[in-house]
Amino acid sequence: MSTLQMERREFLKFSVAASGGLLIGLYVRGASTSAAAEERSGSAFMPNAFVQIGTDERVTVIVNHSEMGQGVYTALPMLLAEELDADWNKVGYESAPVDPKYNHPVFGMQITGGSSSVWSGFEQYRNAGAAARAMLIAAAAQQWNADPATLRTESGAVLDRTNRKLSYGQLAQAAAKMTPPAKVTLKDPKAFKLIGKPVKRLDTAEKINGKAIFGIDVKQPGMLTAVVARAPIFSAKVKSIDDSHARNMPGVRKIVAVPSGVAVVADSFWQAKVARDAVRIDWNEGEMHAFSTSKMMQQFREQAKSPGKSVRRDGDPDAALAQAAQKIEAVYEVPYLSHLMMEPLNCAVDLRADSCEIWTGTQFQTVDRAAAAKASGLPNEKVQIHTTLLGGGFGRRATPQSDFVVEAVHVAKAAGVPVKVVWTREDDMQGGWYRPAFLHAIVGGVDASGNPVSWRSRLVGQSIMSGTPFESMMKGKGYDPASVEGVDDLPYEIPNLAVESHQAEVGVPVQWWRSVGHSHTGFATECFIDELAALAHKDPYEFRRPLLAKHPRHLAVLDSAAQKAGWSKPLPKGHARGIAVHFAFGSYNAQVAEVSVTGGKVRVHRIVSAVDCGHYVNPGIIAAQLEGGAIFAASAALFQELTFENGRLQQTNFHTFPVMRMNECPEIETHIVESNEKSGGIGEPGVPCTAPAIANAVFAATGKRIRKLPIRMTEAV
Amino acid sequence: MISFSVNRQRVNLDVDPSTPLLWVLRENLGLTGTKYGCGMAQCGACTVHLDGEAVRSCVAPMSRAAGKEITTIEGLSPDLTHPLQRAWIAEDVPQCGYCQSGQLMSAAVLLRENPRPSDEDIDEAMTGNICRCGTYPRIRKAIHRAANMMATGGAK
Repeated sequence: MSTLQMERREFLKFSVAASGGLLIGLYVRGASTSAAAEERSGSAFMPNAFVQIGTDERVTVIVNHSEMGQGVYTALPMLLAEELDADWNKVGYESAPVDPKYNHPVFGMQITGGSSSVWSGFEQYRNAGAAARAMLIAAAAQQWNADPATLRTESGAVLDRTNRKLSYGQLAQAAAKMTPPAKVTLKDPKAFKLIGKPVKRLDTAEKINGKAIFGIDVKQPGMLTAVVARAPIFSAKVKSIDDSHARNMPGVRKIVAVPSGVAVVADSFWQAKVARDAVRIDWNEGEMHAFSTSKMMQQFREQAKSPGKSVRRDGDPDAALAQAAQKIEAVYEVPYLSHLMMEPLNCAVDLRADSCEIWTGTQFQTVDRAAAAKASGLPNEKVQIHTTLLGGGFGRRATPQSDFVVEAVHVAKAAGVPVKVVWTREDDMQGGWYRPAFLHAIVGGVDASGNPVSWRSRLVGQSIMSGTPFESMMKGKGYDPASVEGVDDLPYEIPNLAVESHQAEVGVPVQWWRSVGHSHTGFATECFIDELAALAHKDPYEFRRPLLAKHPRHLAVLDSAAQKAGWSKPLPKGHARGIAVHFAFGSYNAQVAEVSVTGGKVRVHRIVSAVDCGHYVNPGIIAAQLEGGAIFAASAALFQELTFENGRLQQTNFHTFPVMRMNECPEIETHIVESNEKSGGIGEPGVPCTAPAIANAVFAATGKRIRKLPIRMTEAV
Repeated sequence: MISFSVNRQRVNLDVDPSTPLLWVLRENLGLTGTKYGCGMAQCGACTVHLDGEAVRSCVAPMSRAAGKEITTIEGLSPDLTHPLQRAWIAEDVPQCGYCQSGQLMSAAVLLRENPRPSDEDIDEAMTGNICRCGTYPRIRKAIHRAANMMATGGAK
C-alpha cells in the first residue's frame, strides 16, 4: 500500500467545468530529478490536471503525452481509471494543451520521448484518479449523511453498505464542491482490475472508421494550404526566384519567401503542390555542394584509426589484446535513416495580431511553443498548440529546432492568412533530421580457453545533442552520451574494455530515431560478441551466458528468448538462428531471429522477442510495441539507407527507401519476463536486437559476417 | 462538372479533371479518412473502392471517377459492424492508425473476392499497403478472424 502525502496548498484548483462536471486540478509531488526543471517552475511541485467527469457519466482523461501509436491514450487512462474505479466503458481521452502543469515529471517539459510516458505517468495518473475518487466519496457521504469510511466505489459509482448507489455522473456537481483530500491512498497492486491486463485500446474505433483527426486532416475556417520549395542541399540558400508561371496557376493565392525556401499558398494541397513544382529557384549551393556519404564513410574509417575521446576504460585493453590467444577486428557501418512516418510532416497555423494557434502532431510541445513564439514575435502565453493524433513519430516530431512548426509560423506570417503547411513524401524524406550514420571499429581478443579478455570500441559519427538546447547533457564529457549509449554500459564480463568516441562534424541535420544510439550500438556490440563466440568455437547463446552472470535481467530475457525459440532444436534445411540481447530505456530485450538466404536474398521467417520491462500496465500494448519495434528495425536492417551525392539526397520515396511489407514480414512471437522491478520503457527497447539477431542468423546460415547495414550479401565478409 | 457517387451519395463537382481523386475526397468533400502517404501508389494509404475495385486514389485522376461509384473508409459501414472492423477491434490492430483506412479498404476487396483467403492470398492482396508501425501480424490475424466470422454467420 503506498500513500502519497499532499498538503492542501499543493492543490492548485478545482472547479466546476463547463459541462457541469468535476474538473480536478492538483499539484502532485513531482518525481522530478531535474533540478533545472524545478528551478524553472520555481517550485518542487508540478501542477497537473488530468480528469474531467461529466454529469453524463463520461470520464475524460487528459493525456499529457502525444499518441503516435504507442498506446498512451489507453495506458495513461488505465492508470487513472484504476484508482478512480471508473466504468472503463465510459472512459475517454483528450490531448492536453501546452501548459507547464502537463510537463513530463522527470524531463521538466512537455515531451513524448525516451520511451518514458507510462512509467513517468505511473504515479501521476494514479494519484489524480485517487484524488477524484476521494472527492466523489465525500460528496456521496454528505448526501447520505454517512461516514465516508463506510462507502466503497465500483465501476463508476459510490455504494454504501446497503448497496445504495450514486453514479459518478450523479455526484459530479456535488463532488466539485468537496475539499480535495490531504492525502490519497493508492490501491494495493493485488487489487488492480485494469493495470496489468491486456485491455483493448481506446482509440481503435476512430482509427477504423475515418474519424480520427491527424495534423494533415486539420481544417479551420479560411485556412489555405501551403507547399514549400526547400533547399536541395542543406547548405543551399535562395539566389533568385522565378514564380512568373506558378503565380498564375489555378488556386494559387500567394507565393512568399520564408527562411527555409519559397512557400506556395493555394486553395488546396494539389494546387499548391503543382504550383510549387513550377516555381523556378536558383540556389547558392554552399559548402555541402560536393558532399557524398561514400567519401564521408571513408573519412570515418580514417578517423577510427586514431584514439577517440575516452568514454570508458576498464583495465588495460591494449596490453590484454597483445597477450590474447586470438584476436579479431571488425568495422561495422550503419547509414543515415529517415524516420519515414506514414503521415508526412505538416503544421497548421492561425496567426493573429495577439495570438498564434497551432495544430500539429508534435512530440515536443514546450519547445515548439517557445520556438513558435520567437518566430511569431508573440510572448509564449499567446501561443497555443493543439496536439492532434500523430501518424507515427519515431523521434522526428520532437525536433529541438522545431523545424516544421517554425517554418509554418513563418509561412503564416508572410502570407497573412491561416495556413496549413503540408510536406510531400519527398519533402519529408529530404528534409533532414535523420538517424546519423555511424562507424564502429571494434577489436577484441580471447584467451586460450576462449574467454574474452579485451574489447575496444571506437565510434565515429555525428552528435545529436551538439548545437541543440540539449548540449548541456554533453557538458564535461567531451562526447555525446546519445552516441555511445548501449556500448558504454556493455554488460559482458570483460576485464579490459575501452570505449572511445570520435565526433564527426558533418552538415547533415541529425536527430533521435526510435532507440537513438542503441539503434547502432546494439547492432555493433551484439554482432561483435557473436564474432568472439565464433573465435572461441562456442555456441553464441552459451558463450554469452557466463559473461552475463552479474546481469540476471539480461540473462533472464536471453534464456527466455532462446527457450521459446527452441534454440537448439533442428530447423528446416537452409534455415538458421541468430540471437541478441540489449538493455535500453529501462528495459531488457532479447531476440532470436530465424532466417534463410537464397540467391543472395535474406528472408526472415520468425522473430522471438522476450522483454523484461519491470512493472507493466498493458501487456497487449507491450506485445504490439515489440512486434512493431522488430518490424521497424528489420526494415532498416534489410532495406534502408540514405545516401548523398553532390550534396543531394538520392532517395525520394518508398520505392527507393523501402519499408518491410506484409509478404516480407516474419512471424513474431513476444514474451514478457515477469519482474517486480521499476517500470522501463517499451516503445524503443524492442528495436536494437533485431538487426544483430538477423545478422548473426545470416552468419549461422552462410558463414558470412554482416558488418554493414542494410544487409547486402555481396558485402558480407 | 464531374458527376460521381461517394458512399452512395451523388456528387457533382466543378474540379480540374487531372486532380487526383484523393485530394478531392479529402479537401472538396471533407472525407479525410482516406490518407496521403506517398503520391505514387507505393504505400496504399489512399486506397478506396472505385466501382468495387481497390484503387490508389493518389494517382487516380478525377476524370477516372466520372460516373463511377466510390466507397471510402467512411462508407465501409455506418456503425463499425463490417466484419473487418469488428476483427480489427478484436485483434487491437491499429497503432498510429494512419495507414489503417487503406489497409481495411484493401482487405475488404480481398474478402469479397475470396471469403477464405490463405496466408499467400493475404500477402498478395495486402503487400501494396505499408504500415510503418508494423501491424502486419495483427492485420493478418484480423483478416482470418473476419473470414471466420463471415463463414460462421457471425457477421451482419
